[in-house]
Amino acid sequence: MANFILKRLVYMFITLLIIATITFFLMKLLPGSPLTNQEKLSPAQQQLILDKYGLNDPLPVQYVNYMTNLFKGDLGLSFQYDNRPVTKMIGERIGPSAYLGFQAVLFGTIVGIVLGILAALKQNSVMDYAATTIAVLGISIPSFVFAGLLQYYLAVKYPIFPVAAWEGFEYTVLPTIALSVFVIATVARYMRSELLEVLSSDYIMLARAKGVSSAAIMVKHALRNALIPIITLLGPLAVNIMTGSLVIERIFGIPGIGEQFVRSIMTNDFTVIMGITLFYSVLFIFIVFIVDILYGVIDPRIRLSGGKK
Amino acid sequence: MKKRSYALFLVLLLAMSTFLAACGGGGKENGDGENGSGKSDNILNLTETQDIPSMDSVLATDAVSFNTLNSTMEGLYRMGENDEAVDGIAEGEPEVSGDGKTWTFKLRDAKWSNGDPVTANDFVFAWRKALTPDTAAEYAYIMYDLKNAKAVNEGKMKPEELGVKAIDDKTLEVQLENAVPYFKELVTFGTFLPQNEKFVTEQGKKFGLEADTTLYNGPFTLAEWKHEDKFVMKKNPEYWDAEAVKLEQIDTKIVKDTQTDVNLFESGDVDQIKLSSEFVDKYKENEGFFTVKESSVFFLRLNQESNEILKNVDARKAIAKGFDKKGITDVLLNNGSVEANFFVPEEFAKGPDGKDFREASGEYLKTDIKEAQKHWKAAKKGLGQDKITLELLNYDDDLARKTGEFIKEQLETNLDGLTVNIKQQPFKQKLDLETKMNYEMSLAGWGADYLDPMTYLDMYVTGGAHNQQGFSNAEYDKLIQDAKTTLLLEPEKRWEALVKAEKILLEDEAAIAPIYQRSRAYLKNPRLEGVLFHKVGADQSYKWAEFK
Repeated sequence: MANFILKRLVYMFITLLIIATITFFLMKLLPGSPLTNQEKLSPAQQQLILDKYGLNDPLPVQYVNYMTNLFKGDLGLSFQYDNRPVTKMIGERIGPSAYLGFQAVLFGTIVGIVLGILAALKQNSVMDYAATTIAVLGISIPSFVFAGLLQYYLAVKYPIFPVAAWEGFEYTVLPTIALSVFVIATVARYMRSELLEVLSSDYIMLARAKGVSSAAIMVKHALRNALIPIITLLGPLAVNIMTGSLVIERIFGIPGIGEQFVRSIMTNDFTVIMGITLFYSVLFIFIVFIVDILYGVIDPRIRLSGGKK
Repeated sequence: MKKRSYALFLVLLLAMSTFLAACGGGGKENGDGENGSGKSDNILNLTETQDIPSMDSVLATDAVSFNTLNSTMEGLYRMGENDEAVDGIAEGEPEVSGDGKTWTFKLRDAKWSNGDPVTANDFVFAWRKALTPDTAAEYAYIMYDLKNAKAVNEGKMKPEELGVKAIDDKTLEVQLENAVPYFKELVTFGTFLPQNEKFVTEQGKKFGLEADTTLYNGPFTLAEWKHEDKFVMKKNPEYWDAEAVKLEQIDTKIVKDTQTDVNLFESGDVDQIKLSSEFVDKYKENEGFFTVKESSVFFLRLNQESNEILKNVDARKAIAKGFDKKGITDVLLNNGSVEANFFVPEEFAKGPDGKDFREASGEYLKTDIKEAQKHWKAAKKGLGQDKITLELLNYDDDLARKTGEFIKEQLETNLDGLTVNIKQQPFKQKLDLETKMNYEMSLAGWGADYLDPMTYLDMYVTGGAHNQQGFSNAEYDKLIQDAKTTLLLEPEKRWEALVKAEKILLEDEAAIAPIYQRSRAYLKNPRLEGVLFHKVGADQSYKWAEFK
């Protein structure tokens, strides 16, 4: 196990290095400069400022400088938010995104699992069709439509919840629902098909034949096995949602990181592009790593180290 | 039996959601507990589309920063009603020398929010800082009228050689390169704000990044700044003119989505919002609906450097007159924007006689399809071509896309044998192509930096940095040069020169094809009054705002 973890850590480090390098050079292909007042500055004035930031240095020099600072944990200063450290910017904005994402994934998974189980247990019943319909709608309705409807009906027309902002729990209800619809739909679909498969397998038949109670079969045998694919799914899903849904954050005025990423690309805010990309990568790689470890815990059939040594 | 397992899961679900609700509630409550909701009499609730990029006045470049600085800081003068400079830290009129190049300002007793007095040195410090190359201030050029400013900015002179001096704590002497007549209005621009040297040095890199690492001397102070979320300004009791300030507090939420903005207004959470064109028809009859004319003028750049067709003056005139400007302003924009038969906008600069520049000048390149077709025929004959294809470079936002498509459709219908291909590009890429003059026609906009026609007209001198389309006319160059130098002390003649220059640019040369002057539509709480809108610098002033 320790061997496995160590090996994975080395791979993770190499992966990050490659991501940082590729992003750096791709980003430098973006046309234009990061200056915020570019259209008013004469080329000579632009050069003065670019010199000061070292953006006129040859690319390899810039790359080495950036990587050196990166190893020191310095992600640099933002251009768009004059001289604000990028690490600080990410820190300030990830909180709301992560909180909302966590809440949405938790809520969505629970509801999704319940729906999936209900659908599977009563296959081809009204319950099943209802759950399937919800799942299909959840996947196919764009989240901005759903969020817009929620906001209009539950905040403007019938002011049950606040319209937008980030001041307390009641402000998180609508965005959480809007975000979790996709999770509910995805999880419910997987849960239903997995459970159906497991329930028709030989070992469940055997358990039934041995006279194990239905509840025990469900909890001990069927669910445990059906949940494995859901865990695979949850890792990437959680990262996706925690790193901020651009649309939901816009609509509900959430001070999150999603919009910042897009804006930094639009404004050529090089340091912020790099910073957020790396942050996302670290998060993603880490969660995939955790999921791999969890596999072994949940499913004894999966061996981490790959055979006996 | 099966039913029992459902029940088990339902209980589990219930337990989980209660747990969830419980963790959510904690630690997030807003401390002050006073929820303005736009109902309180002295709290103004606003929205902005992004967080404040900078509270360091010399680094600011954008509307949100300049607006916040305008509310929390005070320069020598500030923009008042009708864009006239009114008293700020400077008391009364400046004393101007005979040659118009030395301006002396008397400063009043005023305080920073930490109790320090505002002195002449605070201006000297801030202005030198703005021009020091290391600061890399993107608006440094706005100060180039100060003596030696350009050389200092380019690192050829020391900051100490800049033409600004503190005679004593309460007297500031400024030397100018040229006797610019609009200098008093120019110093209302954010880059000219003072900074407290001691405080700025103490804070070092942190200056301007947080509410408590910034110092204020304006009508309000920034009391709370939650990045990307909201910021709160409170009335500044130390402000020299605190009596004039009626609002106790201004809360600004960061809201990026226009529909959300409208919903917040509908629910009474916000007192004033910008309306985008698609919402105008719905709210036109609303009591709080109004439009404000801005200084931005949109036009087609016609590249005469490399494009054979656009080198032909008849072709340029045909294009400039050959599309329906009113259709764009009244149908597409629908927000009070007006058709532009000019380059220097309406209600912008007043001449020596106190009259608008547009009254002294005329209307050029008005939509006239018949005229356009005549010019087009002549152009085709001159060029010896019957089928002509031109490319139109455009921004990639929704409104620009519609405008571009409208112009394409109009030109292709009205000008026989013309095909227009639209090329939409992201903002930065479009700027890049324009700088490299790698385009044929381009939909472009220009906003004023200071209250004088020069902010538009000097763009098109031969080789000018923003000419970017190879326009060159010797008489035009001469008129602009004179207006910048020899005619500075003869305002009437200078004005005539500017009027004439614009006429050459448009009527004679059709160097550009003006489209419209932008307005914006707003919706406000009808009780809110006294918010001022400006054409240069900060867009808005809240110093005199109040609820009636």
